[in-house]
Amino acid sequence: MSTTSRSGPVSIPAPRSGARNGQRSNFELYSWLFMRISGIVLIFLVLGHLLIMNVLDGGVQRINFAFVAGRWSSPFWQVWDLLMLWLAMIHGTNGMRTIINDYAERDQTRFWLKMLLYLAAGFTILLGTLVIFTFDPNIG
Amino acid sequence: MQTATFGSLTKEVRVASVPAGTIYRGGQGMWTWVLHRITGVSVFFFLLVHVLDTALVRVSPEAYDLVIASYKTPIVNLLEVGLVGAVLYHALNGLRVILVDFWAKGPRYQRQMTWAIAAVWVVLMLPGTYFMLKHTVEAMFGSTS
Repeated sequence: MSTTSRSGPVSIPAPRSGARNGQRSNFELYSWLFMRISGIVLIFLVLGHLLIMNVLDGGVQRINFAFVAGRWSSPFWQVWDLLMLWLAMIHGTNGMRTIINDYAERDQTRFWLKMLLYLAAGFTILLGTLVIFTFDPNIG
Repeated sequence: MQTATFGSLTKEVRVASVPAGTIYRGGQGMWTWVLHRITGVSVFFFLLVHVLDTALVRVSPEAYDLVIASYKTPIVNLLEVGLVGAVLYHALNGLRVILVDFWAKGPRYQRQMTWAIAAVWVVLMLPGTYFMLKHTVEAMFGSTS
């Protein structure tokens, strides 16, 4: 679907004939479903995070290394942040993938933009996960 | 809309430039979608930056505190209100999209749901903005309490 050239001759395959010689996958269906399920979970995780970090009890003004150390001494907030990191990154990367597919018309452009996206996403998820698991409150 | 006169063809030109039969283009459905994309992309790029700045806790407390201090300056503080507003819109509109997709009566009430999420957004952003900017405003113009 996403690799169809916009400048080629127009042809509409017969319904259920299978794009690309029957190699249909349900990837886009699962991607669509994932956006909705992860979205609902993220509403609680992210809005809760923003409420605690930016609104309640002085908001961003009270955040420093000691504040982070206090929170990550609890497995509850570690799991919260880890789940939020993974879901938000995959949700956001999948959204960016859709947008690249929509607006980048050349196959080459689309391919390299998505490679750059996946590289940035993989790096960010890996870095964030390492930081949560290897955090040392006595580093200073 | 093209209103060039081609005698009796005027009407056809007008019909062609404003497609009849689509309630989507130019309607609130299109603009909520456009805003969903803009807020989504903005939040995604902030997320990349935010993981990087948080990673500084693995460098040293001083490095982390130095960068976090920039989050407490008036201009960045204002940007945070924009970020929260963007996330809140994306969350509420996402919920509306889910209801349109899965709730049997969702498509029928999608227009009312747009007004509902706009109202919820305003109701939550008013106190949210107040508490987010409280310190900055007091620091700039003197405490009133």
